[in-house]
Amino acid sequence: MKFDTPATTNPIDQLRVIGQPVNRIDGPRKTTGTATYAYEWHDAAPNPAYGYIVGSAIAKGRINAIDLAAAKAAPGVLAIVTAENAGKLEKGSLNTAKLLGGPDIQHYHQAVAVVVAETFEQARAAAQLVRVDYASAQGAFDLAKLTDSAKPEKITGGPADTKVGDFAAAFAAAPVQLDATYTTPDEAHAMMEPHASMAAWDGDKLTLWTSNQMIAWNVADIAKTLAIPKEKVRLISPYIGGGFGGKLFPRADALLAALGARAAGRPVKVALQRPLMFNNTTHRPATIQRIRIGASKDGKITAIGHESWSGDLPGGQPDGAVSQTRLLYAGADRMTTTRLAVLDLPEANAMRAPGEATGMMALEIAIDEMAEKLGIDPVELRILNDTQVDPEKPERSFSQRRLIECLRTGAERFGWSKRSAAPGRVRDGRWLVGTGVAAAFRNNMLTKSAARVRLDSSGIVTVETDMTDIGTGSYTIIAQTAAEMMGVPIDKVVVRLGDSNFPVSAGSGGQWGGNNSTAGVYAACIKLREAVAQKLGFNSAEAAFADGQVKSGNRSVPLAEAAGDGELAAEDVIEYGDLAKKYQQSTFGAHFVEVGVDTATAEIRVRRMLAVCAAGRILNPKTARSQVIGAMTMGVGAALMEELVIDKRHGFFVNHDLAGYEVPVHADIPHQDVIFLDETDPMSSPMKAKGIAELGICGVAAAVANAIYNASGVRVRDYPITLDKLLDRLPEVG
Amino acid sequence: MDDMRSPGDFKFSRRDLLIVGAASLTAPAVAVTTEPFVAKAEVVLKPAVPGAPVMSKVSFNVNGKTRVLEVDTRTTLLDALRENLHFTGTKKGCDHGQCGACTVIVGGRRINACLTLAVMHEGESVTTIEGLGTPDNMHPMQAAFVKHDGYQCGYCTPGQICSAVAVLEEIKAGIPSHVSADLTAAPQFSAAELRERMSGNICRCAAYSNIVDAVTEVAGSKA
Amino acid sequence: MKSFTYERANSPAEAAAAAARTPRAKFIAGGTNLLDLMKLEIETPSHLIDVNRLALDKIEPTSEGGLRLGALVRNTELATDERVRRDYGLLSRALLAGASGQLRNKATTAGNLLQRTRCPYFYDTNQPCNKRQPGSGCSAIGGFSRQHAVIGASEACIATHPSDMAVAMCALDAVVETVRPDGATRNIPIAEFHRLPGDTPEIETTLASGELITAVTLPKPVGGKQIYRKVRDRASYAFALVSVAAIVQRDGSGRVALGGVAHKPWRVEAAEADLPRGAKAVTAKLLADARPTRENAFKLTLAERTLAAVLTEARG
Ligand SMILES: Cc1cc2nc3c(=O)[nH]c(=O)nc-3n(C[C@H](O)[C@H](O)[C@H](O)COP(=O)(O)OP(=O)(O)OC[C@H]3O[C@@H](n4cnc5c(N)ncnc54)[C@H](O)[C@@H]3O)c2cc1C
Ligand code: SF4
Ligand code: FES
Ligand code: FES
Repeated sequence: MKFDTPATTNPIDQLRVIGQPVNRIDGPRKTTGTATYAYEWHDAAPNPAYGYIVGSAIAKGRINAIDLAAAKAAPGVLAIVTAENAGKLEKGSLNTAKLLGGPDIQHYHQAVAVVVAETFEQARAAAQLVRVDYASAQGAFDLAKLTDSAKPEKITGGPADTKVGDFAAAFAAAPVQLDATYTTPDEAHAMMEPHASMAAWDGDKLTLWTSNQMIAWNVADIAKTLAIPKEKVRLISPYIGGGFGGKLFPRADALLAALGARAAGRPVKVALQRPLMFNNTTHRPATIQRIRIGASKDGKITAIGHESWSGDLPGGQPDGAVSQTRLLYAGADRMTTTRLAVLDLPEANAMRAPGEATGMMALEIAIDEMAEKLGIDPVELRILNDTQVDPEKPERSFSQRRLIECLRTGAERFGWSKRSAAPGRVRDGRWLVGTGVAAAFRNNMLTKSAARVRLDSSGIVTVETDMTDIGTGSYTIIAQTAAEMMGVPIDKVVVRLGDSNFPVSAGSGGQWGGNNSTAGVYAACIKLREAVAQKLGFNSAEAAFADGQVKSGNRSVPLAEAAGDGELAAEDVIEYGDLAKKYQQSTFGAHFVEVGVDTATAEIRVRRMLAVCAAGRILNPKTARSQVIGAMTMGVGAALMEELVIDKRHGFFVNHDLAGYEVPVHADIPHQDVIFLDETDPMSSPMKAKGIAELGICGVAAAVANAIYNASGVRVRDYPITLDKLLDRLPEVG
Repeated sequence: MDDMRSPGDFKFSRRDLLIVGAASLTAPAVAVTTEPFVAKAEVVLKPAVPGAPVMSKVSFNVNGKTRVLEVDTRTTLLDALRENLHFTGTKKGCDHGQCGACTVIVGGRRINACLTLAVMHEGESVTTIEGLGTPDNMHPMQAAFVKHDGYQCGYCTPGQICSAVAVLEEIKAGIPSHVSADLTAAPQFSAAELRERMSGNICRCAAYSNIVDAVTEVAGSKA
Repeated sequence: MKSFTYERANSPAEAAAAAARTPRAKFIAGGTNLLDLMKLEIETPSHLIDVNRLALDKIEPTSEGGLRLGALVRNTELATDERVRRDYGLLSRALLAGASGQLRNKATTAGNLLQRTRCPYFYDTNQPCNKRQPGSGCSAIGGFSRQHAVIGASEACIATHPSDMAVAMCALDAVVETVRPDGATRNIPIAEFHRLPGDTPEIETTLASGELITAVTLPKPVGGKQIYRKVRDRASYAFALVSVAAIVQRDGSGRVALGGVAHKPWRVEAAEADLPRGAKAVTAKLLADARPTRENAFKLTLAERTLAAVLTEARG
């Protein structure tokens, strides 16, 4: 199905199942421990051997020699694979660094060997016996020192630089100016399930039970890496213990399980050990962002400029921190630039809302700073500078843009009017209390997505697609879509995901999964409805599907009857025309946060949080809310504690475990409120939905930062905002 | 423990279990050079080959059933459950006590199964998420997690639920926490108490706010 | 993790003797620190002596009116004990501020005292570390040192001791009771139990090889306001950046020990005389010889401000 004209009324609009806060259909399995994650397929490949990865001890250089003698002789060892004996391997097109290093080493903890043994204990012990002789080379590890040599590089969805009018002149002429530089650190996905895979070969055919967000991408890249045809690779990934962008591409567990299984002649499973994950896999890159804003005295932005620097390995990509600045606020004269430095740190790549997440961390503090300079309430300043058209291409309007309503609704609900604009005025016992606001913004992306739908003689509708559910709720919203389309209760729908034998979906990434994958199911269901109507002798345009019946006029036939003499199946793909070119499609929101700053210790604790989101149709308010609160929490982490600390002498992230890399725990997070504006976006898909999972993180950290400023009067522009950055500037204790 | 649907493991008498342990008291006296060395758990002596796994018999009760295992002394309780006994529910998130995904209840107390050895649990009773309920017969805490969407990817979830069940018992037993205002008074259930006590269970999907709702509902219905 | 043999000890003396008999033997109690380090082969014992079934899990009154805390009392039990909560609130508070509920259910009195540093370079076996590999160098000096010691450190090592419990015990004048392989027992005042790193950061306590901790005794209660204040970025399940353990009497006198600043709980009795004069005076003396790194200099301000808050709370 080609979607190239705005959606009109369709069966989804009935909202009998769609839009309802349905419990997750995978809930009973997940809560009872019976959902099978990658390392747990005991029946699929009995008696697997265990692989344990050896990571590079240097960040850059070469392996002179590897001595495997002791490891090979260790009890239980079946095989050891290194770059030397693995045979020729290509680099996957989605990876920047190779998954198996050697002789050249590209980053710290890059895998250099996998030791396969009978048991996990034996593999782990033998891995310690692998002796690697390295020749270490000088590397570049400090982004701040490389800003001058950094090169322009295009970002996802746009060029490196954009320019409208004469920013420099307009900024210089502006009566009120801000010129500030913000930094965001390297961050880790730190999903709870480590990357894990089990591999089994049947002749030249490889099956990988793995934990991956994008089935088709990974089939292609694993096949490419191993130089075997795509048809010979099967991926199975129905349950994924979190990804956040960290499981978009193949990682070392998948490749080394495959190589290990080939070498050992047995199924092999490999999980990345947690202390290896932070340097071995990808991370969100650090940024340095300079923002300049010029405004008239009444608060109209006249000039806005955003420059961003980030780094990656040679051949890598920049963070798209400037992307929202191209679209969020009005202003006639504007510019953005993106510069990429070459660093020898581990591979930088996508993490939840890549681009906007970091960009909004900076931009939304800058707006707060402008509001203060102007003496205008920060909610009002944002409203004042709203734009209904793409400010760089004014002929394009937004498909939907209800930022103002988000801000106003949130302000009302949060009690914003009671706030003291002057910082450092509110005290509650030992706490200095402050509130902060930020806009939320994230683009909506359209990508094609296919599904197959089957109807059997008992009236069960089965959906198959290689879509993944990484905690996003895909199982449930897909079931809701099929139930709505076929007119059956949700318990008559079976959803099967995450298998490369199924039609290729959008996959999970960039908050595109929900809208696109359900639109693909919609398309397949339209086809199935036609087949059913034809089979039962209805005019498909007139047939209504409801209550397990197909009806037209006063004739009504049970749906199951259509499959009475054999299953009916239909497959289709949703593909998009140029509506996304004609209209800018984005999602909007507003974050409101209250924090306490301890008067003595400067410890920061979040006390209240509210997000208001306008993101098209909300397919399931329960699972959508979960996506938003999860993102808000990750934003709190980014604001207050998350930082991969670089050892700039040796080029690695030092705090590479879950005790050293702190993410929020229960005690850090108060009750969270989420409001969804009632919205449909007919430009996005027949579902009229958009992404939500990443919108929730965009802007949160800045709202926290602004609240800290409001509480304490201390403005911190370098994330994370830890107590040591406030301490010296707080009043005396007494 | 009346609220537990399948509390067989809690009721299992310790004396019954020790009999199983006692049965394995005699150890093979000679170590065979290439075979793994097996001995009773009480004293396990050196195998002849340096570095060879030292195997030991151990028996403990999991979810009401006695399990007799022959494990490498290095095997953690977590790996014994996952790899030897094929329980899928208890998760490995970090293997270093830093996440709580491996939380199980041993002798009525929640612990991190990754930081304890299987051989140290001779004769003890372990409850895993599978022992609390099944998809068709869920424990009230499991049902509350589903109702309040107290999870997303589901990977931390068994640990969260085991912890939550134990936390309610800990409050009942009068165990104070870091946020209990008065140390000498009996702690009361509150959202702040719950958040502090559940902080050893990290959820990167961050279902925290919903988990608090789920556990609060169960706590309320118990009172 | 290297292979090891395993035995379950039946009596303290037997455990100590077994340790002396077997080279590279280690006791295992809760296992929450030892197994963590064994998995990374930072600890490589060839024999483990499981002390969990020794009858050292009781909390009993002493004839001096204090309490004897068995070496195997779990941190949860210790924090929950009525007498501890009533008379040694500081200890209860310190325990509850540490680790997580799950870990406290396993962690023992002795194991907690003997837990090793959380220095990230100590944990990364690719990096030089004098504590892990004597003579290899200290990576934290000139590296990431935000958590590290500001006082009492050496050229060889700037690690901190991570225990919260030990800081409270230090302020409470606890005494560590041990038994040696030859059956001899001794009492070690807590202040002498942990060592400063000096040239031998790998030696962390004054315990002899094979010496088993049997108990920690607390002298008779001293009353006063007892406050343990732990400062950290994350609200829970995190080690202290700085912690303050204080006992403040009605007349303003009292005791103070700091955590998170040194290789051992940090207490300077001479500084305590200044308690009535306030936090500035006390910390000036407590941290007089501090030599922080650029990254952890904030701990000096933090310690002073935290103590000030604690004293305010104690007076209130
Ligand atoms: C993620 C994480 C967070 C933590 N956070 C904190 C925190 O915030 N604050 C804090 O204080 N602690 C914290 N801890 C540490 C925890 O408190 C210790 O791991 C625990 O107290 C160790 O006790 P154990 O009984 O498990 O010791 P074990 O691991 O069994 O033993 C530790 C050492 O003591 C020796 N030993 C044990 N018993 C005896 C004995 N009777 N005689 C002689 N030697 C003995 C062992 O041989 C070993 O060398 C944390 C730990 C983890 C994993
Ligand atoms: S501070 Fe001590 S523990 Fe850390 S690297 Fe230096 S020597 Fe090792
Ligand atoms: S796996 Fe045990 S705490 Fe993470
Ligand atoms: S549900 Fe994914 S980590 Fe908790």
